[in-house]
Amino acid sequence: MAISIITEWLLALLIISGSFFGFTAALGLVRMPDIYMRMSTSGKGATLCCGLLLLGVAILFQDGRVTARAVAAILFLFLTVPVGAHMIARAAFRTHSPMWNGASMQSPKAEREKDD
Amino acid sequence: MRYTFCLFAVLAFIWLTNSGHYTPLILTFGLASILFVILIARRMKVVDQDSLPLQLWTTLPGYYIWLLRKIIASNLEVAACVWDGLFSGSFSQTKSASISPCSERIPTSLRSDLGKVLYANSITLTPGTVAIDIDSDSVLVHALTCNGLEELKQGEMEQRIFILTEKNTTSNLPAGQDKQC
Repeated sequence: MAISIITEWLLALLIISGSFFGFTAALGLVRMPDIYMRMSTSGKGATLCCGLLLLGVAILFQDGRVTARAVAAILFLFLTVPVGAHMIARAAFRTHSPMWNGASMQSPKAEREKDD
Repeated sequence: MRYTFCLFAVLAFIWLTNSGHYTPLILTFGLASILFVILIARRMKVVDQDSLPLQLWTTLPGYYIWLLRKIIASNLEVAACVWDGLFSGSFSQTKSASISPCSERIPTSLRSDLGKVLYANSITLTPGTVAIDIDSDSVLVHALTCNGLEELKQGEMEQRIFILTEKNTTSNLPAGQDKQC
């Protein structure tokens, strides 16, 4: 096998931490009280999770084509995931989806008038 | 013309890395599809410095490395928020111990579309904060913890993007004429 012990451990670290962040994102999706916080936890957790897993895949195969694809996938994730999360949060804001302010659910419209 | 060539290079790179077949017939098909895409993009008049920010090639990687460090650091913070109180009991009050959600309009001095996109994207990528709405001069940000919002309001991220796009506008002023090409 071309894979040394160090690479193996690095690989395990990358994949396990990637899975941990993916699981945390899923857990946050269930536990958080409103949609804005759900977008906070899930969107970025998923970015880091997929980034680490793809990096692990690139190291595992050690093949130029696989590495190029993994890098391209990471780049596209970094460009598109925040846009998706932003659009969902924006749609929720526009339809006055209730926002949890620490004690109770409140419509963001009232929040906005208070700010202005 | 520069932008068309760069679009060609980017599309060819993506096609070559994703295809994996290098027989003459498939390569011809790839070339034909790339040219077709360029034709459509030029007809739509989207081939300019907004869609292909060439002048950022040298400075953007440095910014993303800085952002990556921030992403990892605050991802750990958010993970702590998510896991907090999971094993200590099923009361909903314990859940609210570590999170203090707040939302605020943060004024921004970034004027260019590219700068605003980068700023909003970076806010959303940094865990704990989501850019909800963008106006002409402010960004509505929702944060998981008030610390995150305070950190954002200190404006280090905005400053960095401002430096990136400030260079951008000054270098683009003389090159403004060949925008149509």
